[in-house]
Order: sequence, then C-alpha cells, then structure tokens
Amino acid sequence: MDLSTQYMGFNLPHPLIPGASPMVDDLDTVRRLEDAGAPMIIMHSIFEEQLVKEELYVDWTIMQGEYNSGEASGYLPTPYHFRLGPDTYLKQLQKIKQAVRVPVIASLNGHTRGGWTAYAKLLQESGADGIELNLYDLILSIGRDSADVERESLEIIRDVRGTVRLPLAVKLSPFYTSPVHFVAQAARAGAENVVIFNRFYQADIDIENLTVKRDLKLSTSDELLPRLKWTAALSGQVNCHLAITGGVHSVEDIVKCIMVGADAVQMVSALLKHGPDHLTTLRDALARWMQAHEYTSVKQMKGCMNMKRSPQPELFERGNYIEILQGWKK
Amino acid sequence: MWQSARNDLIIKDGRFMSNMHITMDGNEAAASVAYRTTEAAVIYPITPASPMGEFFDDWASRGRTNIWGDVPKIVEMQSEGGAIGAAHGVLQSGALCTTATASQGLLLMIPNLYKIAGELTSFVIHVAARSVATHALSIFGDHSDVMACRQTGFAILASMNVQEAHDQAAISLAATLRSRIPFIHFFDGFRTSHELNSVAILSDDQLRTYIPQEGISAHRQRALTPDAPVLRGTAQNPDTYFQAREAINPFYDHLPNILVEEMRRFGRLTGRHYQPYEYRGHPQATRIIMLMGSGAETTSETVKVLAAQGEDVGCVIVRMYRPFVADMLINAIPVSAQKIAVLDRTKEPGSAGEPLYQDVITSLAQASMVNALPMGVMPTVIGGRYGLSSKEFTPAMVKAVLTELAKPNPKPRFTVGITDDVTHLSLPVDDNFDLPTGDSAAVFYGLGADGTVGANKNSIKIIGDLAGLHAQGYFVYDSKKSGAMTISHLRFGKEIVRAPYLIKKADFIACHAFEFLKHIDVLEKAATGGTFLLNAPMEADQVWDHLPIEIQQTLIEKQMRLFAIDAYSIARNTGMGRRINTIMQTAFFAISGILPVEQAMTAIKTAIKKTYEKRGEEVVRRNNEAVDQTLVNLHQIPLPATATSAIRQESFARTDMPEFTRRVQAVMMAGKGDLLPVSAFPVDGTWPTGTSQWEKRNIATEIPQWDTQFCIQCNKCAFVCPHAAIRAKIYDAGDLKGAPEHFKHVPYKAPDFKGMSYTLQVAPEDCTGCGLCVEVCPAKDKANPRHKAINMTLQLPIRERERDNFDFFLRIPELDRTRITRMDVKSSQFLLPLFEFSGACAGCGETPYLKLLTQLFGDRLVIANATGCSSIYGANLPTTPYSKNSDNRGPAWNNSLFEDNAEFGLGIRLGLDQHILQTRRLVTELSSVLGTALATALLNADQSSEKGIIEQRKRVADLRTALKTVKDPRADILSRMADYLVRKSVWIVGGDGWAYDIGFGGLDHVLSLPYDVNILVLDTEVYSNTGGQSSKSTPIGAVAKFAAAGKSTQKKDLGLMAMSYRHAYVASVAFGANDNHTVRVFSDAAAYPGPSLIIAYSHCIAHGYDLKFGAGQQKLAVDSGVWPLYHYDPRLIAQGKHPLQIDSSIQRADVRDYLRNETRFSMVEKMNPERFRELSEAAVRNTAERLALYTQLAGFAIPETPTVVKGDAPADARKGS
Repeated sequence: MDLSTQYMGFNLPHPLIPGASPMVDDLDTVRRLEDAGAPMIIMHSIFEEQLVKEELYVDWTIMQGEYNSGEASGYLPTPYHFRLGPDTYLKQLQKIKQAVRVPVIASLNGHTRGGWTAYAKLLQESGADGIELNLYDLILSIGRDSADVERESLEIIRDVRGTVRLPLAVKLSPFYTSPVHFVAQAARAGAENVVIFNRFYQADIDIENLTVKRDLKLSTSDELLPRLKWTAALSGQVNCHLAITGGVHSVEDIVKCIMVGADAVQMVSALLKHGPDHLTTLRDALARWMQAHEYTSVKQMKGCMNMKRSPQPELFERGNYIEILQGWKK
Repeated sequence: MWQSARNDLIIKDGRFMSNMHITMDGNEAAASVAYRTTEAAVIYPITPASPMGEFFDDWASRGRTNIWGDVPKIVEMQSEGGAIGAAHGVLQSGALCTTATASQGLLLMIPNLYKIAGELTSFVIHVAARSVATHALSIFGDHSDVMACRQTGFAILASMNVQEAHDQAAISLAATLRSRIPFIHFFDGFRTSHELNSVAILSDDQLRTYIPQEGISAHRQRALTPDAPVLRGTAQNPDTYFQAREAINPFYDHLPNILVEEMRRFGRLTGRHYQPYEYRGHPQATRIIMLMGSGAETTSETVKVLAAQGEDVGCVIVRMYRPFVADMLINAIPVSAQKIAVLDRTKEPGSAGEPLYQDVITSLAQASMVNALPMGVMPTVIGGRYGLSSKEFTPAMVKAVLTELAKPNPKPRFTVGITDDVTHLSLPVDDNFDLPTGDSAAVFYGLGADGTVGANKNSIKIIGDLAGLHAQGYFVYDSKKSGAMTISHLRFGKEIVRAPYLIKKADFIACHAFEFLKHIDVLEKAATGGTFLLNAPMEADQVWDHLPIEIQQTLIEKQMRLFAIDAYSIARNTGMGRRINTIMQTAFFAISGILPVEQAMTAIKTAIKKTYEKRGEEVVRRNNEAVDQTLVNLHQIPLPATATSAIRQESFARTDMPEFTRRVQAVMMAGKGDLLPVSAFPVDGTWPTGTSQWEKRNIATEIPQWDTQFCIQCNKCAFVCPHAAIRAKIYDAGDLKGAPEHFKHVPYKAPDFKGMSYTLQVAPEDCTGCGLCVEVCPAKDKANPRHKAINMTLQLPIRERERDNFDFFLRIPELDRTRITRMDVKSSQFLLPLFEFSGACAGCGETPYLKLLTQLFGDRLVIANATGCSSIYGANLPTTPYSKNSDNRGPAWNNSLFEDNAEFGLGIRLGLDQHILQTRRLVTELSSVLGTALATALLNADQSSEKGIIEQRKRVADLRTALKTVKDPRADILSRMADYLVRKSVWIVGGDGWAYDIGFGGLDHVLSLPYDVNILVLDTEVYSNTGGQSSKSTPIGAVAKFAAAGKSTQKKDLGLMAMSYRHAYVASVAFGANDNHTVRVFSDAAAYPGPSLIIAYSHCIAHGYDLKFGAGQQKLAVDSGVWPLYHYDPRLIAQGKHPLQIDSSIQRADVRDYLRNETRFSMVEKMNPERFRELSEAAVRNTAERLALYTQLAGFAIPETPTVVKGDAPADARKGS
C-alpha cells in the first residue's frame, strides 16, 4: 500500500502528522511520536505578543522591588541562564532537531510585521526544516475591515517568504468571506502549503461571577465538517498543498480528508487522548481501510470527492445544505 | 542586574583578566577575592553583609571558578551560628572556607570564634561592620559588632575604603595561612560595603601568585582524617587548661611580622602598599587622630589639606586592631606628637574608654613605663566616639577634633557628630568647613520604585568607563518599603574619590518626584550656579508657577539653571509604566556635559542592552525609546528675576500633633533627624505608639472610591487592606450631624444592626494604592461588571474632600464591641484597627493579619516580634503603626532578636502570669474589704468573649474605686496592678526566616511547653526583609536567592511538626482564600489556653507578581492544595472529634496553574523547562502526598482517653485570668 504523500516539500511516508501542540514540550513524547511513525514534528506556535507581555511582566516583577530599601537590592535572583523572549522555544527546537530524524516544523504567530520576519529568521537559524505561519488574529476593532485584514495577512506571508528560504505553510482561521479567493492569493504570496483551519480557544462566560472562563476543550469529529467542505472547495483550484487540522480522530475522518483533497492531516486531540502510539494504529487502520476498499495509494484517493468533481459546486453545496435542513425536520 | 551586566564586561570566559579598574561596592570588592580564594562558603543573610553571600551564590550558580579551577561550594545555613559551625567543620576537614556577616550575626558566631582561633585555624570572616541592637536595632554601620569579638583570639584587620576591602581580603587570607591565626576582616557597613568606587582588581594570576600555597598545604596537613587520625576538642582540667592556653602565644607574637611581610609582598605585586599602622600628615605633627575604618580616610584627607596649609596635624590609620601591636603603633606616631585623639566607632558604656582608646593608652603607658616613648613624654590622649550607626563623619568633624586637641585642656572623653545637651560630651562642629575638591558632585532624589538608584549605578559605570573619570556612588534610603525616598550621592573626578561622607555641595541636583518639593528642601545642597533637573508632571511653561516659593527663591539666589521634563508622561507613552530611570539618567547626561551627548546616549543604550537583554528585546526597545524621547522633551526653564509662587512648602510639624511627635518625630519625617540633640530622645528606646497617623505620605496616585450603589457591605475590602486605609463603620444616624457635604453613608443592610448607618471610608493620604481591595470586591455593577462597589480613582482630585471625610469618619463613635454577637470577617471590620499606615510594601500580604490581630485583641495585646519585615514596618522610626484606642489602650510591642523571639514572648507570658498571680492573691486577701461579690466576680470572670473582657474592665474600674477608701497598704499595690485581672493576649510574631530557620529551636521549645502564648508565622516562604533569600519554608520549584535554580527540596511542614506535640493548637490560614476561616482561627487560637501556632500564607513582593492579585493567588494556593487550610485543636478530642480538621476542599485547581502565576516559579521554566517540569511534577506529587497524609491524620481514630493540657503552668495562668 503506498501511503506516501507530498507536504511542505517533503516526501512523507504517510499523511498523518501530529499537529502543533504542547506535546513537543517533552522530548520523550517527541521521541515516542517519531517511534510511532510521525513523518514530521510540528511545534506549537511561538506567540510574539505573549512573549512580549511575558518579558514586560517579568521585568516589572523583578524591578518593582529593586533598590527599594537599604536592606534589599531586590527580591528575586537574576540567574545567569535567565533569558526571556524566544530563547526557550529556539532551544527546544534545537533539542528536538537533535532528538529526531524527521523534519521539524516550527510554528509562528507574530504580532508585529517586524516580529513575523525577525522570529521567522530566528527559527530558520535555529535549524527548523519549515515554518508554519499561524495567522491567528482576532480582529475586534471597528476600524479594520476584512480587506485590511486580508491585505495585512498577505503582506506578512510575502514578508516571511522573502526573509526565509524554508518551506512555508500558512495556517488559516475558518473566517474568511471568500476563503478560496484568499487561499489563492496566499499561495501567490508564497504560501506553498495551507492548513485548514485553526481551532480557536473559545472562552466561556461565567454567568454567576460575570467573568470569562478559559477552558481548553479537545476537538471532536464534528468539527471536521467545515474543514472538509472548504478543502473540497480549494482542492484542485489553488496552487498549494493542503492539510486539514481540527477534528481528525478516526480512520474514516482521515479518509474523508484525503478524499476532499488534503495532502496531509494533522492530529492533536486524538493523540493527546490516546497517546503517541495511536498514530501507528491509525496509519495501519488507514492502510487496511484502503486495502479493503481497493485503493492502492493515497495519491489515487486524494481529491476524489473535491468540488472540482462537481459541475456546479455552489449549487451542490446549496443542495446539500437544503438536504441537511430537510433531513433535520424529518 | 547592573552588577551582573558589569561582571560580564570585566570577566571573560569566567576569569578576571588583568589588573583593571572597575567600579564596585565594598561587598563585591571583598567577595570577589573571598570567593576566588575559597573552596566553600557558608552563608546567612544579614544586612549589610547579605550581598557578599549573594555574590558567592550568584557566581557559583553561573559556574564561576575559584583560582584553582573549581566552583566553590556555597551553602546557606539556618543562622549565623549554623554558618560558623559549618565553617568550623569545613576548616577541620582541611578545606578553605569563608563567610560574611555583620552585627548580631557576628555575635552569634562568637562561641565558635574562640574554638576556631584556639585551634589555630586559617580562616577569614568578612564583616560589613554594623551596630549591635541596644535600645534599638539599627542596620547601619559602626564597629560595635567587631569590637565584641576582640577577645576571641581572631586577628582583626580594618579596611577603610572599597579598594582596601578588596586588597585586604587577600592580605588577611595570606596572613592567616602563614600565621594560622584566623582573621576578621572588616569594613564599615553601608559606608564602605555599599559605596561604589573605583577598584583596581586583583587578577586570578595575581591571586594565585600571592596566596601562599605552602600555607594551604599546611592547612590541609592539619585536616581531620582517619588516614592520619588525631583528636581535637578535648576537655581539659585545672591541671593543664591554663598552660595549654598559653602555648598559643608565639603565634600571636609572630603574626604582626607576618602581616607586615604579607603587606610588603602585596605591595611589590600590586604597587599598593599597606601598613598595619600608617601615619599620614604633617611630618612634625603635634596633634594626631587615630582611628580605623572609613573614618580614617576622611581624617587622612582632612589632615592632608590642613597639613598642606601648615597645620601640624596628622593621623594614624589603624588597620591591625588584633593583635594590637604597641611598638608598631608607637613607631607610626611622629615623635613630635603631643596630643592624640583616639576615635572609636563604638560605645562601651561604663568603660574607662572605648576599646581602641584603651589599647592606645595602654600601649603608650607601657612604653612610657620603660622609657621607650620616642616622643619622650607621655602625650595627652583623649578618646571620642563618632559615627555610631552610620552617623555622618565629615572633614568638619575631623577639624572639630583637631580644634579640641589644640585646646590646653581638651575634653578627655567626647563625642563628635551629634549635639549632646545632656552630658555635654559633644564637640562643636563648624559646618561651613569642607575640603576643597576637584570632584563634581550630583545628588538625586528618587522614589524607591522608580529605578533611580539602579540608573545611578549605571551612570557611575558609564562615567568610570567612558569619561575616563573615577566615580563614587552612595545611596541613602529611608526606612519605608513603599513610597520610600532614595537619595543618591554621586561624585566623579580625575582622581579616585576619597570622600566617605555625603555630598554637602552639589553642582547638579535632580528631583525625580515632584511631590518631594512639598516638604523637602531638595536644593539645600545645591551649589551656586548649579543645575536643577526636575521631573515635573506638567507642560514646561507651567513648571515655574507650580514650584513652591522657597524653591523659586533658592533657584534665583543661587543663580541656578532649571531643567524640567515630564518623565512620567514619557514613561507612560513608551510603555515604561512609572519607571523613569532611563529617562532621568538620559536627562542627567544631556545637561551635565560629562560626556558628549551622542556618546552618552550610546553608552546608556549599551548599558540598557547589557542590563535588560536577558529580559527580552521588547524591554530593551522600550528603554531605548524612552532615551530617544527624553532629549526632545527636556526643557530649560528660564528663571524670572523674582519669586512669585503662591505655593509654600509645608512643614511636617502640625499644631494638632502630640508634643513629642511635633518636637521630635516631625523633624525626623523632614529628614532632619541629625539635628536633634541628645535631650530630645527617650533614654531607653521607648517610643510612643499611634504616630504613623501623622505622616500622611500621599504616595498613591490612585485610591479606591466607594460607590454606594453597588456595595453589599461585606467589608472584604477593609479586611484585606494592608495599611488600614479603608475602613468600615456602623453608627447611629444621629452621629452624622456635622458631616462634610460629600460624606457618604447608606443604611446598614443586615438585620443585626438594623436602622444604623454604614460608611466605607478611605484614608486618602495613607493609602498606598495597591488595589487589593478592588480586586477582592465581590460587588459588581451588573450592567458593567468591571465597575465595582469600590474602584480606583485618581487621588489628587479627591484628596482634600476625602481627607475631610476621613477626619469626620474617625470622629464618629466606634461601635460598642459587646454588641457584636458573631465574629466574622464583616463584624471584625467594625472593630478599630490598632495597626495602621505602616511602611510595609503596597499590597503586603502580612499586614492584614496583624491588623486583624489588633482589631480582635488590640486593647489587651502584647507582641513579641522577631526581627524581619514585621519588625521593620512595625517599628522603624520615625513613626509607629501600632496605635491606641480612645481609652489609650493598644498593642504593646517589642523586638528582642531575630533568633530568640519565641523565647522572648514566652518570657513575657511568664512575667504576666506572675503579675496575674500576685494580683489575684491581693484580691483574695482584700476580699473582705472589697466585698465578696466583687472579689468573686473579679476572680471567676469568664473572659472568653469580648463581652466578658469588657465586663471585667468595668469590675476593675469598680475595684479601683473601691480601693480608694481602703486603708490597707496592699490597696495601693492592687490598684496599680488591677489591669492584670483583664486577660492579656500574648502573640509571638515573625516571619518564616525566624520560625522555620533561625528561631526554630526556640519556637519548638515554646510549643513543647503548656503556656498560653500564640505564635503567628507570617509565612512569605522567603527571607523578605533582606531581599528574598531562601528559607526552609521556600517551596520546591521556587527561585530565591541562594536557590537561584529553583529550590529542589520540599518546604518544611512546620504545622505537622507542631501537631506532633498534640497539646498545641495549630492552624494554617490564608485570608485571601477563606477570610472567615482566618478570623475564626485567630479567635480560637487566642482562646486556646495553651500554646498555639498559626501559619499564615503571606503573599510577598518576592513572589514576583502584581500583589493586587494577592488574594486570588492565595485562593489558588488553597484550591490547588499547595496551602491546605486546617486547624488542629486539642480541645476537640474531649468532644469526641478528631483534633485535626481540614478546612479547605481537596484540590479544586491545578498546582501548575498556581505555580505559573508567580515569577518565582515561572522563572525556572524560562531558565530550564525540563527542570521546571521535574520540580513542578514534584510539587504536584508532594501536594497530593501531603493532602493524603492530612486526610489520614484527620480521620485517625482517637483513643478514648482525652489529651488535656498538662504541665507546670499555674492553673490560673492557663485560664489567663
């Protein structure tokens, strides 16, 4: 069975990739992922904004008591090895690079234009084999319209593409007025790979205490559906490789992803729930499924259900929509 | 931080490279040599020596090696007594060891000093000499600690400046290795230990050449080892001890020559020459001053000038104080000498003279007896005291001593530097006398938190490195931990600055806080034609009119240049918050012209990069941005011809102050305490309470404002307020008569006091603006949850209004305490706090507990307070936060030592118990005349409640009335003692440094006894007062000084240890997690008739987060199980209950969430994520194990026979009545 696929410029033995997650914080887990057959390791994002906030806060906590009294020069030690900023991330990247043989993709969420390129450069210098740009931005300002947001995103992609020579992936949010158009432009701007879609941390509201509750929930297969739809729409229309992330749990999920045109699928929740070895299980299950259904390769299966196969994709979508509504009534 | 950055500059690949000049303070200078020439250092924090230990620890944590290529072992001990014990052991094992200490710390070492010297052990202790506590504690410098060790057999070597502290650290080591006599190497605390000056650094090569290897080999040869076994520490008897003790004499005889030889060798190696006794001055001087320490430098510089003017004066610098070598001393004195003044920086009451004076007299007299005096006749020798507790010692004072010497009959005993109008010992000083100097001088007035001191330290480095100048820096702090004023004194010139005293005339004055102008004469030291830089929060054209007229007048009279900058705006605009350090530093360089502006800007930015780059690029960027913004916002303000301001400076003294406060404390508040004469002071250190109310420091820019509409009257805000600056009161509506127009009040909501009025009032000028109250306020505007029942508001616009309101609030009668039926958080806050407006940090996590203590028991409270934060904010002058109620009753407070507080408190209990016993006996004896009813009621009063206490107070009043007519002589005694019939509550208060470490032995013993004392441990999990050193309470995974990589062992479970006694009441509280629990535990502990221990979670600035979130973080500590709440009440056994009751739910939050919120934990993650993971996993595991253990203990089946308090305490005392 030929499970091989092309993603981020690499020939991967199969399309199942552990997605960006805290799993990479532990070298032991990273090694277990590789042992389980992970064809590449994607690190979670380095968040520029978060790093900056952290820098400022730690600086403030150290400084607040410095030379306040004759008895204390300060209240916290400043150890020699202490360095805020992306240092820890870069060190971990280097450690993972040393620990595994598969490609290591670093992931980046910038906050300023300079930040995007500066961090991308650092990631390249630290040995990353590719960069996943995480365009995770919540636009809350009334003054920024969708055109602005899209233009800025494309500028970021162009900036980073112009700065580093590494393979580039762009991870998108699910919210674009015209996703197909945007992805096509992104591909032109340099996004050779597009990841569909980011899962946003969704804050809940505590109605008793009038506060916001932060809770991280793992995905379910239900979340896969919009991703399938948009991949189906993009596949064959845009000039880039596609990966699906968010809601991939079962072998059936994987098959669907490939059928709508994904070159790769990224999984996090399933692996967090079942452990790294689950990757092996799913890979083997995929091979079995394909065999049972008389597919010989991933390539053969890829895109068989994308919308390009439909003569009027919009109508097809709308028809499905009506079908679903009617079905619900029944 | 600055120090770290600079070390990187001078040390390449971890080595000191060459004989280069760098700027450092005396502590670093001594530590640099001590560290590189030792194999182990055992340390314990004590001001002002703590930085030496911190340097050792810092360098070791970076892997810096000694001159032999090894990283010395650095171990923090539980006390100085422990440190010297461990040092003794290291030395006996044949390894090299050092330590650093001061004051009481050195005194704790004394028993072992005798041993170490008696065993002829090569060893050097570095001492930043500090006052020993007498009538008061003082952290400042004098020689009383060192002088208390002069009899131990240690050699004593004094350094008079930062360079000497460096050099003589090496000389003393060489000498001890060759002589086997151990050394105390000392320099003046603060004046030298904390003075930055230019130091020629001894390179590693130089040290390797200099330190005698054969001495080290010999030291190793003497090691205790089973391979060549010997026995030391024998017990000797009358037959031999004496002779054996005398056998040591030749070593002391040889030492002086060895020291001289080592000083010569040092001179040959470095070009810096020292002598044990060195003369400087006129070659034919007739008047001589002798002294040691930094005062010798002042004296030397003064006599140099005077001798050059032809005055026949000189000085002898005493470096070697023990052994005291008479012939060397005498040979140092010119034969022309006729009169000698010996100055001691210590006081030995009742002696024939202070120690150095006596030694000099003895030496001269001995020489005179055998006609060996080179000067022929015995000179007149007078002795004086100077500089106690870092009192300034200036050239004018040197001149005063020389002037006294010139008199035909100089005072044989005198003091200099103070006005003694009681015993008239002081010499008059001509304040106009000063030394001519080519140095430039600058004085900066800063706020503790604004970074002024750090920036000035950076400036000195820049000046020293780039301008090719030598620089000196010295920093004066006030005694507050929040809103403190710092005064930086900077001198720089072409020669090394030798002026260990404060600047009197400055070419440049900077005032970094506009509000200082209201009270402080910041231009007092300004030279004519000088420059004044002011941080003024207003447009440049508004500045002049906002200056007080006194400042305007001085500016005009002294023809100064005035520059203004709105540094707070720049800081705000560049994201620097209220940190104006780099802004003011840039302005200083821009105006002062020390360096070309461009070069200065580059240097500042280089320094910024060095200092902050480890904290991230954004921090560097913002600082750089602030630098760039400075130049365009710096304005010279033209001076008009006349002063016109309508604003006047205000005096601290107010007519409504008590007489002592006005006459003495107000002077101290104004920073003029030096002017107070001896007669101003109480003779025994006794100080009035209730005086912090007069300071009105106005340090908060924002204060809470009450919105009556949303308030649910829970009083949580008042409860958590660390400074008693937000208060609640219920009162009859009629009391509102005469209320100010804007005084807020609402009907009281709860049924217990229905019909009464309720007010929540802020003390606007005493609030520190920490925001704790707003964070805990549970009442939100439902339409806008960010708006609460109290909200932070700019202080200035509402200051006056709220001041009037607070004054009125205070005048409203207090609630009758007996009317409170249920004591909880809410009701506790209707009780008058008798601890208010302390100098504790904004957001302090300790003081809410103390405030509560005084609310509950303040009128009958005696506090024994261990040294530490709580003793500093509790009793650092000028004013005192413990206060009194309208009956003039309130907490009585004392601090004995750091190490003995539990014992001290026990002693107070024992004394009180005896008074109670005697008083009760007298009541019994006089019962027939008093009436049996009254006597019986007095003796059997139930004082377990507030009501009972107040009824007993009434009976005591009745008793006194009754006694007036009793003719029995015992009546008078009983009348005086009658208040002892009212139960007193003895509380032993201190931090974890005391309870877990240095004072644990005593605490443990007091717990083992049956006496009715209450121990409150304000547990910040770190030595807070000395700057965050690790204690045994520091939790696993937290960084602290001396645990810079994150503590790898668990926090000691003090509560569990105490519970093992089974008769002690033990509880763990965290007010932010469960305030009612805290109130209940305090009440229970006080009521418990035996020893009780409360371990109170106290968030602290050393935890590394914004303390306004302190309560929330406490809750997380409890919810995660890191800080379980419990109480262990032995009385419950009798009720058939388990004595241990766990009072918090088991683990509702993740330990890791708790850890990540505090920089002390998260820093480990930044440094070493894997270590953080290991330590945090251990923390999770330990938490779970501890909770499991408690759960088991709480469910443990109790045997039938109840355990009750037993022991030899008198039954009456146990009842406490």
